[in-house]
Amino acid sequence: MTVTPEALSLDKPRSPRRPAARRSNFELYSWVFMRISGLLLVVLVLGHLFIMNILDGGVHRINFAFVAGRWSSPFWQTWDLLMLWLAQLHGGNGLRVIIDDYARRDSTRFWLKMLLYVAMAVILVLGTLVIFTFDPDIPAS
Amino acid sequence: MTAVADTAHDTSQIPAPEGSVTVTVKILRFNPEVDDEPHWESYDVPALPTDRVLNLLFNIKNYVDGTLSFRRSCAHGICGSDAMQINGINRLACKVLVKDLLAKKGKQTTITVAPIKGLPTMKDLYVDMEPFFEAYRAVKPYLIAYGNEPTRERIQSQADRERFDDTTKCILCAACTSSCPVYWADGSYFGPAAIVNAHRFIFDSRDEGSEERLDILNDAEGVWRCRTTFNCTDACPRGIQVTKAIQEVKRALLFKRV
Ligand code: HEM
Ligand code: SF4
Ligand code: FES
Repeated sequence: MTVTPEALSLDKPRSPRRPAARRSNFELYSWVFMRISGLLLVVLVLGHLFIMNILDGGVHRINFAFVAGRWSSPFWQTWDLLMLWLAQLHGGNGLRVIIDDYARRDSTRFWLKMLLYVAMAVILVLGTLVIFTFDPDIPAS
Repeated sequence: MTAVADTAHDTSQIPAPEGSVTVTVKILRFNPEVDDEPHWESYDVPALPTDRVLNLLFNIKNYVDGTLSFRRSCAHGICGSDAMQINGINRLACKVLVKDLLAKKGKQTTITVAPIKGLPTMKDLYVDMEPFFEAYRAVKPYLIAYGNEPTRERIQSQADRERFDDTTKCILCAACTSSCPVYWADGSYFGPAAIVNAHRFIFDSRDEGSEERLDILNDAEGVWRCRTTFNCTDACPRGIQVTKAIQEVKRALLFKRV
């Protein structure tokens, strides 16, 4: 391995080899968001898992009517909406960080992130749509 | 990386003082002019419990294979030249005693020695430190003061000095940065050592460059990449609470207060 002269010279110690700081607080806010959404998810997700899997017979009682019954209440609509958005943004931002960690090339990084953002958008839109437009009167087959 | 090329090495020339036991030193060797990738080689050498791993390396270099390459300068844990992975943990070879590595009675002791990770290995046990020092220089690790130079010394209270005492102890050995999984994956992360040395000035009451440094560390490759793994704190041979220092920089950014 050859040592580049640049690697040895110390005569311009302050010359930037990194891009100048962007002066953006994005990483700070996303760090704070991970912690706050994590706290809320403890309640939302554990509560959700408890109701769906443990309370009164758990999964065995889940059917169309059960879901329809829950979503007729604004409380559960809000719960599920909040859980959907928080988990999606929390998990999505977590994956963004992991892509930043492991993608070696800028193009790989870009396309993986595009895939992630598209997947997030589709799930968020679809989920929100279902929660708000759910029609309990469609014939259950 | 895995191939074990074990041609037995003749270690009989190494002096074996009274009380010494034979230990196996397994070194991850790499000669860029010959090898495509690093490989392990084992040396059965006599060792006193009071020997340091650095002594064993020197015995191998002096009596078995003069091409074994590693850095050391002070041999007393001060210069920070000889950070390496000893039994899988980043340590200074000059500070690790053989007695702390000995296997249980009757078992053969094996000590593995590999270069620190995350920086390019140049030969055997030494790495290219330039990416490490580049990150160090990028946080402006020097006193920044504006206005007229005072005619007397810059006075500081004991409490103000105490504020950053821990991070003044850094010897830039890179044990912390090269133990950080985020740094292994993403070499543009500043890494714990750069943050420790930024901390040393950010919290210095005489310094006026805190904002600049905090801006630098607020960036995408700055403190927010830290995932609080604590590997750095475990690795630091100076006992610096590295993770705590990083956390204090995060807090200063969050609450806009130094
Ligand atoms: C149950 C409550 C949860 C809590 C308290 C929580 C907390 C956290 C925190 C604090 C982080 C940031 C770690 C760091 O930056 O050091 C994180 C990262 C992450 N979380 Fe969660 N989380 C929860 C649920 C979830 C869920 C439901 C998902 C999936 C949808 C998820 C996916 C992730 C991912 C992918 C990361 C990134 C991991 C990394 O940075 O290496 N988490 N979580
Ligand atoms: S903080 Fe500790 S481990 Fe990191 S470079 Fe300084 S002395 Fe070495
Ligand atoms: S040789 Fe100086 S720190 Fe080990």
